[in-house]
Amino acid sequence: MKGLKFIIAGVLFGIVMSKSEAISWYRIQEMFRFQSFHMYGIIGTAVAIGVISIFLIKKYQLKDIEGKVIMIPDKEKGWKKGIFGGTIFGMGWAVTGACPGPMFVNLGQGYLAFLLIIVGATIGTYAYGIFKDKLPH
Amino acid sequence: MLELIQAPWPWYVSGAMISLIMILMFFFGKTFGFSSNFRTICAACGAGKKAKFFDFDWKTQQWNLLFLIGSVIGGYLSANYLNNGQPLQLAESTVADLNSLGITFDGMMNPLQLFGTENLFNLQGFITLLGGGLLVGFGSRYAGGCTSGHAITGLSSLQLPSLIAVIGFFIGGLVMTHLIFPLIF
Repeated sequence: MKGLKFIIAGVLFGIVMSKSEAISWYRIQEMFRFQSFHMYGIIGTAVAIGVISIFLIKKYQLKDIEGKVIMIPDKEKGWKKGIFGGTIFGMGWAVTGACPGPMFVNLGQGYLAFLLIIVGATIGTYAYGIFKDKLPH
Repeated sequence: MLELIQAPWPWYVSGAMISLIMILMFFFGKTFGFSSNFRTICAACGAGKKAKFFDFDWKTQQWNLLFLIGSVIGGYLSANYLNNGQPLQLAESTVADLNSLGITFDGMMNPLQLFGTENLFNLQGFITLLGGGLLVGFGSRYAGGCTSGHAITGLSSLQLPSLIAVIGFFIGGLVMTHLIFPLIF
């Protein structure tokens, strides 16, 4: 089954997010109050290893399992979407203590209230799709 | 070994594991980015008839929905089998700050006061949960990604738009925590 590896990667992600406590509303509060190094340590380590890995992937033109050279897509240019969209996202991140991934991990943890947050995020995404052309990017 | 897994993981192990997942997705021929799933869900529900943004073949994104299902299972396994039952070790200063907002630290992953199921059935809880989700969904798509796509994959590939987005994430988080929380809690 071709899809199984993605489910397994997702399971691993759910476990990592849980055991790192990055899905914890409390830890996100700690981060936005600068009262612990924990979250900064997690993101910092992930990015540091990420930078080196991507450098090596590009340098040696490593291939994926289908034999294609790994390409990392460029994000769209423009600063307005990052500042405006990012700020809106950050406000929601502080309220819910969860970015999109951790919403689903928390649901699996048994916090059913996250279902409503997930519904909200889906409606929010839909609203963006409707108003996209009227927003500065 | 199991005891070691059941205890909370140190930040450097956690960070390394997150980059491992990102690299794994590259080798699977995909890019790590969770929030795209909401767009896929909208598209699968037929939103393509209403907006061009959702008019694509959502089936090409099925892999990410499988990743999403896996993440729910991972959360379930962690809570039920990979947990040593010890309370979360939160900074004393955070406990005190939250106390002054009327939020009592309960040692769980999330405060039941805000995320207990009963919050679905009272007005303030309902608005906070739905509204918080709306902000995350709207903001992540507007910014072109969330923490996984921008803070992890984007910063790791040294992309300026991702750095700007992460700065935005923090502006929003700081405004909400320090200026708006005292008004709503």
